[in-house]
Amino acid sequence: QDNTISIWSVGDLGNAGLNGEYQGEPQLLCDIRHNGDVMDMQFLDQERIVVASSTGTVTIFRHHQNNQTLSANQRWEKAHYHVDQDTSCGGAACTGVICNNPEIVTVGEDGRINLFRADQKDAVRTIDNADSSTLHAVTFLRTIEILTVNSIGQLKIWDLRQQRNEPSQIFSLTGDRVPLHCVDRHPNQQHIVATGGQDGMLSIWDIRQGTMPVSLLNAHEAEMWEVHFHPSNPDHLFTCSEDGSLWHWDTSTDISEKPSFLHQGGRSTTYFSHNTINQSVVSAWLSNDPTKDRMEITNLIPNQTLSVNSLDILGPCLVYGTDAEAIYVNRQLFA
Amino acid sequence: PSQVVPGADPSARQLCFAWGPAEVLVCETLFSRRGGSPSPGEAGPGRALLPGVLTGCLAGTGEGGPSSSRLFVVRKDQDIYIQTLRKLFNESHGIFIGLQRSEEELAGKSRKAQLVQVSKNYRSVIRACMEDMHQAAISARDPALHSQYSTQVSILSAMELIWNLCEILFVEAAAAGPLLLRLLDWVRLHVCDVDNMVREVLSSENPSKHELFWNVVDVFVLQGRMDEARHLLSKEASANPTSVNMYKILDDLMKKMPVPSLGNTQTLTEMELKWQHWHEECQRYLQDGTFASNSHMESICKILLGDEDAILEKKEIMTTWYHFLVTRLLYSHPTVKPMELRFYAQACMDLFLGGESSPEPLDTILMAAFEFEMHQVIKECSIALSNWWFVAHLTDLLDHCKLLQSHNLYFGSNMREFLLLEYASGLFSHHSLWQLGVDYFDHCPEYGRVYLELHIERIPLNTEQKALKVLRICEQRQMHEQVRSICKIMAMKALRNNRLGSALSWSIRAKDAAFATLISDRFLKDYCERGCFSDLDLIDNLGPSMLLSDRLTFLGKYREFHRLYGEKRFSEAAKLLLMLMTAHIAPCSFWMTLLTDALPLLEQKEVIFSAEQTYELMRCLEDLTAGKSDKQKFQDDDVETMKVEMLRLALARNLARVIVKEGTLEGS
Repeated sequence: QDNTISIWSVGDLGNAGLNGEYQGEPQLLCDIRHNGDVMDMQFLDQERIVVASSTGTVTIFRHHQNNQTLSANQRWEKAHYHVDQDTSCGGAACTGVICNNPEIVTVGEDGRINLFRADQKDAVRTIDNADSSTLHAVTFLRTIEILTVNSIGQLKIWDLRQQRNEPSQIFSLTGDRVPLHCVDRHPNQQHIVATGGQDGMLSIWDIRQGTMPVSLLNAHEAEMWEVHFHPSNPDHLFTCSEDGSLWHWDTSTDISEKPSFLHQGGRSTTYFSHNTINQSVVSAWLSNDPTKDRMEITNLIPNQTLSVNSLDILGPCLVYGTDAEAIYVNRQLFA
Repeated sequence: PSQVVPGADPSARQLCFAWGPAEVLVCETLFSRRGGSPSPGEAGPGRALLPGVLTGCLAGTGEGGPSSSRLFVVRKDQDIYIQTLRKLFNESHGIFIGLQRSEEELAGKSRKAQLVQVSKNYRSVIRACMEDMHQAAISARDPALHSQYSTQVSILSAMELIWNLCEILFVEAAAAGPLLLRLLDWVRLHVCDVDNMVREVLSSENPSKHELFWNVVDVFVLQGRMDEARHLLSKEASANPTSVNMYKILDDLMKKMPVPSLGNTQTLTEMELKWQHWHEECQRYLQDGTFASNSHMESICKILLGDEDAILEKKEIMTTWYHFLVTRLLYSHPTVKPMELRFYAQACMDLFLGGESSPEPLDTILMAAFEFEMHQVIKECSIALSNWWFVAHLTDLLDHCKLLQSHNLYFGSNMREFLLLEYASGLFSHHSLWQLGVDYFDHCPEYGRVYLELHIERIPLNTEQKALKVLRICEQRQMHEQVRSICKIMAMKALRNNRLGSALSWSIRAKDAAFATLISDRFLKDYCERGCFSDLDLIDNLGPSMLLSDRLTFLGKYREFHRLYGEKRFSEAAKLLLMLMTAHIAPCSFWMTLLTDALPLLEQKEVIFSAEQTYELMRCLEDLTAGKSDKQKFQDDDVETMKVEMLRLALARNLARVIVKEGTLEGS
């Protein structure tokens, strides 16, 4: 197969056109072959990228900015495997990776959790059979705690300091055990967690209280592949799905100033409910009183066809990739 | 046309083959040609060739050198694997979907404008791809690769040429007048060697002295680019004062030449009249000998008059017969009607080729287009091109223009559907482009669904995410059989890898009760062997999915019993245990285990089971032992009989205690 890891440059900020669209196409800077499908990837630091492969291998690539090349820096082969690590086949896909330099946590279809340290050859810690089903995603809750979601609809907290191989807490959805595919934690308020499910439902959890989600929001018509809080503007949440749409969830309070009958351009917006004044105390995400909160939801893709598999946001930039082998960049997200 | 599979030598070995969905397997058998008996030595180790199974890899050479067998995978559609063409497939897929979804209610002009826009979009995708391919050709180090890319560039260029002509003649259906203008644009766009020449001359210090100067002027005139021609001629005039007079006249003629207008500013008859006058004026100047002293200018004047021979002299510059055609039409029949094109086209091609060369496939295709033989165009393109992309999309567009009569092919579907099916089937043999194929099948009303059903089950599912995508496609189209089948495959894989939770998750998705039962049995077996449950996180959190199968319900409830016992909630545990047997949730094979689990409860200091419950337990035990035949009882080992004895004793003791307890009056 011909999978590659590529680095692109998206041009200068100063070249933004009148309607905020980027000028010129993204330029390919460098690429490198990758064995297996890329299931997940994250920047470890300014130069290094950790990539999770469908063969079960976890690789760190280094981007050399002086001559614009990529090289494989470190590799953990068979980080995820079924049954026997030494058989030639039997690798299990590594489905999620999260970094907190220098620590790297990976999860996979084998239900295993690995804790690696960059530059250390062996895993610092491995929890075998952490889960009897597939772990779809992982994220850091605190520096020593991680959150995982699996294919029987459970959200688990693991304390990495403790030596026992049990989760410290298990949350699950009410009703059917719909698989959960993605998880993200609120950047500032660490008890707020968002997960996305196979039925396209967005769930918001408060992990301080209860074992069930605080709110369930009917979102997409198919699997939600990724959910991300905006890192610096956490009143904004982004989700993308197999149904080809990418939704921008906006709970920022200044919507009340906008007259509700004005629509911008071709966006389709839906208003949830009415807003209250003391939002600053309790996060808008947790309030489940429908008469008090207003949430604006926008589909950012006008002509949806194939699945949007992945997205990422930083500042005013949004980037997402689709199954039509296209990458889209929006550099004026809040214009 | 037959092709040779490189390396397969039928004269040395007998070959056998097997058809797959998109590939053919050819393999060498052990039988050599010379004799009927197998040659010594084995086939490569570990590669058993099962009929009908795609192994997808070459057999190892193994120990025996010359006598080992090789396996060839023959793919019929190579083009889909060309990296640079992927953009073509992906983008055109988007345009195709947009076209299918576009509103049919738009009538007349706006619908036509919409369709023309779609056609232009397709063409711009072809051009973008051509550009990429060109870049790839330039940067390719390997000469074979370079030549492959260059060939691709010329194929794409030809495709765009044909498509553009079809757009003018069929989609836009340009009428007399605008037709010529469109054809001029078409020629200008596709004869691009000119640009280099032009640039060279214009950038030189003294353009009028450049050796190619007159060639460039001729090109401009031949392509009807009057302003540019006049601009160049003015340089000549300023450099050569003696010919100023001639130049002025020629310039004037070129300026005044009437051209068909795009808007409604003049009717065709008006234009024809004007043109006639202008033509006569040119004629006069020529006959007066005005240009006699300058052969170049004279020939230009002749061209303006549409003189066939004068135009033909410039054959080298025009390079193609269709350029010749358009030039001729420009200067002799500018108001040509679409239906008249065929006569001029045939004549021009004959004149241009002059009998020294025969028409190439591209020429035949273009001629068919000029003759408005749409089916012929499609047929010729299908033969000439190696991939169905072009004909599938073009036919679909023409079909939307309502131009193709429902020309039913003998096996039932119409041409558009046939081509789309072929194209999409080709896509399905690719490990990732198959997703595009799904949408194409969706828009084939007759056979699309059947094709999709057959193809979708054969996509290799190497990750769960891919399986989920395939499942979503099946579910959206109510293809329940395929959903069940795929979920079963994934569940079986998970089970084999000991991922019981994953297996359960797949059976829940497929609502497969039988498989859920299988998984539960596996859990129970593990419990019986090890004495404890594995994967408690799963069993403890089954939720409503517990109801999928009875066995699963039992598993969940049984675990609950253990939990209650662990929490010392004995009476609740007891009640649950009994319910498991009396409500027949527990399988009969498990009753003995359950009764054995009841033992500690019976032996507690405190009486837990009520009289009635004890009677029930006794009945269960009797049911169990009565069910066994005498032979079985004989075969039972000591442990079994002892267990039954102990149970009977415990039950009896409990009964005794509880009767006393229940019979005792409270407080006395």
